[in-house]
Amino acid sequence: MHRFLVATVGHVDADDCYQETWLAALRAYPRLRDASHLRAWILTVAQRKAIDHIRARNRRAIPLAELPEIPVAAIQHDGAPELWIHVRALPPKQRTAVALRTVADLAYADIARVMGTSEEAARRNVHEALKRLRTEVPND
Amino acid sequence: MTDAIENALRRAAAALDADSPPDLDTEAAEAASLVDVAYARHDTPVGALILAATPRGLVRLAFADDDDSVEATLTQLARRVSPRVLAAPRRLDNARRELDEYFAGTRERFELAIDWRLTQGFGRRILRSTARIPYGSVSSYAQVAAAAGSPRGFRAAGNALGHNPLPIVVPCHRVLHAGGGLGGYTGGVERKLTLLAIERGSSPDAGPTRAGP
Repeated sequence: MHRFLVATVGHVDADDCYQETWLAALRAYPRLRDASHLRAWILTVAQRKAIDHIRARNRRAIPLAELPEIPVAAIQHDGAPELWIHVRALPPKQRTAVALRTVADLAYADIARVMGTSEEAARRNVHEALKRLRTEVPND
Repeated sequence: MTDAIENALRRAAAALDADSPPDLDTEAAEAASLVDVAYARHDTPVGALILAATPRGLVRLAFADDDDSVEATLTQLARRVSPRVLAAPRRLDNARRELDEYFAGTRERFELAIDWRLTQGFGRRILRSTARIPYGSVSSYAQVAAAAGSPRGFRAAGNALGHNPLPIVVPCHRVLHAGGGLGGYTGGVERKLTLLAIERGSSPDAGPTRAGP
């Protein structure tokens, strides 16, 4: 779950998201009726927190007349910064789906469960994400 | 249907493993009343213990000999009480203090609230009657069974004591075989001897002395 958050929101926000996810999960647990998909359930909570965080961060962003020259990798530096920066730049559904697939290693049925979509849509989101990354990430 | 980019993502994801997740903010969880079972580790002369409490009281005490036994105890709590189990040592300050006093020989009676929910039926009656055996004295499985209203249930009594969820605090170590044998102990008979020796105010090597019939 923490890895999923680092991949989708970056290091700095991942820790906050992680705390919030667990607190939200603890809060919601008594209402959980079916505990057979706990992993998918906790990732459902996590991906909602990730989306909330990204929205809040975008709201906080101060519009500048001129963009400062900061190398992208310096903004969110982790192990493989470039790759994750491309992932984070994907449209939300693609970003979540591809991270659930490659970081959380979920089956398409579980990705569908987490994202509340059909399995077909889950497959398509992952496929679109990979297609886009293939064109955007420099080959080396 | 794996390709280069997917493989690269999986490799990069594996590298994220090096970043361990932060510790959970248990204070925030506690403040919001989200903790059903608080637990703490505590070192004692009979080894490390794991203590767990619900809002009703102390619910579990177990010997924490290794990671596996700690894991087993926490899993039991998650399954049988609630999965909202968190390390929250402050909720166990009273229990830890009373245990320290007990091991220092300055406390003969625990005054902790007990949550008996991990016991039931005859087993609970056995443990409740065991809890009344005074400090420094011993009883037999048959006596404990009789006190629980079932004089012939000594075998079942032995079984209930073997599954005591609150050793030391519910002093199953004070129950011995009628013939003078030490009987068993979940944490090992060494510990049973040590606890009995502490209660006699002597070293553990002296062997048990029997009080009562």
